[in-house]
Amino acid sequence: MRDFSHLDIVFALLWAARWTLLLSSIAFVCGGLAGFLLMLMRISPFRFLKYLSWGYLEIVQGTPLLIQFLLAFFGLSILGIDISPWMSATLALTTFTSAFLGDIWRGAVESIPTGQWEASKALSMTYFQRLGLVILPQALKRSIAPTVGFLAQVIKGTSLASAIGFVELARSATNITNVTFEPFFVYFVTAVVYFGICFPISIASRQLEKSLTY
Amino acid sequence: MGYRFQFQVIWENWDLLLAGVGLTLQLSALAIVLGLVVGIVGALCRTSGNRYVSLLAAAYVEAIRNTPFLVQLLFLFFGISSLGPRLGSTQAALLALTINFGAYATEIIRAGIQSIDHSQIEAGMSLGLNRRQVFRLVVLKPAIANIYPALTSQMVLLLLLSSVVSQISAKELTFMGNFLRSRTFRDFEVYFALALIYVALALGFKLLAQLCHRRLFTFTRYI
Repeated sequence: MRDFSHLDIVFALLWAARWTLLLSSIAFVCGGLAGFLLMLMRISPFRFLKYLSWGYLEIVQGTPLLIQFLLAFFGLSILGIDISPWMSATLALTTFTSAFLGDIWRGAVESIPTGQWEASKALSMTYFQRLGLVILPQALKRSIAPTVGFLAQVIKGTSLASAIGFVELARSATNITNVTFEPFFVYFVTAVVYFGICFPISIASRQLEKSLTY
Repeated sequence: MGYRFQFQVIWENWDLLLAGVGLTLQLSALAIVLGLVVGIVGALCRTSGNRYVSLLAAAYVEAIRNTPFLVQLLFLFFGISSLGPRLGSTQAALLALTINFGAYATEIIRAGIQSIDHSQIEAGMSLGLNRRQVFRLVVLKPAIANIYPALTSQMVLLLLLSSVVSQISAKELTFMGNFLRSRTFRDFEVYFALALIYVALALGFKLLAQLCHRRLFTFTRYI
């Protein structure tokens, strides 16, 4: 049997990072769609929808992401379906992402002065015209920086999918450690890979914040 | 659906879960106190005139904020232990939580200190306060008042993050839940109960933080 060199370990970890990136992209897109709906519900004039969205947010933001993963994997098997780590990881991370993005976007929409709503209403625009043509374009500009910043949170969050046996970067690191008995080196490289992904995103978010505020 | 919910496993093992809640709260409270100390020191380094000290603190903050907590924890527990000093799982958990919270606290407190206008400091000096008094009364206290919401929501995040230390077998709430699940095979019931307990803890903490806000920062009412 051949031994792993340090270079082998580095390449194995870099290669494993593709699952981290894939899972976070899927969760970000699905969570973004669901988050948009949650935001619409939250700012809608219907009280029931408002409270529903608020309750969802409080519950999701009040539970650890790890518990969401465990609940999605072990808990959902009571439905009698054999749920794969892929499906439950996507589901849990989408839930998490939707709650936070919904909240970020609600904040952006609410930061638009009410005068904008009133002015567009005075022009006899319908609710969706006001929302789509006046409010959302302005809110979009304000929400880009925190949204990009949250992407780094999602990427870091994927590491917890390792607890349900989803083999992404953190899980691969543990697997490689079990073979090579070099936890210091392996986890250090893993941290560096995560840093290499998340740090540029954090920088981009900060730059956007500077360039988009007036 | 032929599933029968059996929540009695939760009631029957309430002492187990309570012990878990106890360690979760202890770890979070200690990490918050120690992390705040780290945060204040870190923020002082960040705002000090010295470029290298400031850069060092910035590197610490960025390294922690851009890597997952799980990897930090595994690195501390397995990585450092493999080099020599052996940490118990609870100590490693506390250390990792403190280092993590310290980095976020550094950044938040730095923002707070920079929100204090320089003329305030000059006003404090001209009233004859010494440097330490100026820092404590004129800079730190109003700074904390400014960043109080950000700081307390970071504390809630820490409380939730502490669930991750179950991965190195620190016997907090999530670990106890995993243990109970492996004993009873009542997956859904156990994790559902855990989720409820965490929501209750988070809500309880938020309420406590609001009450403290009224008590601590009475002076903000007059501004």
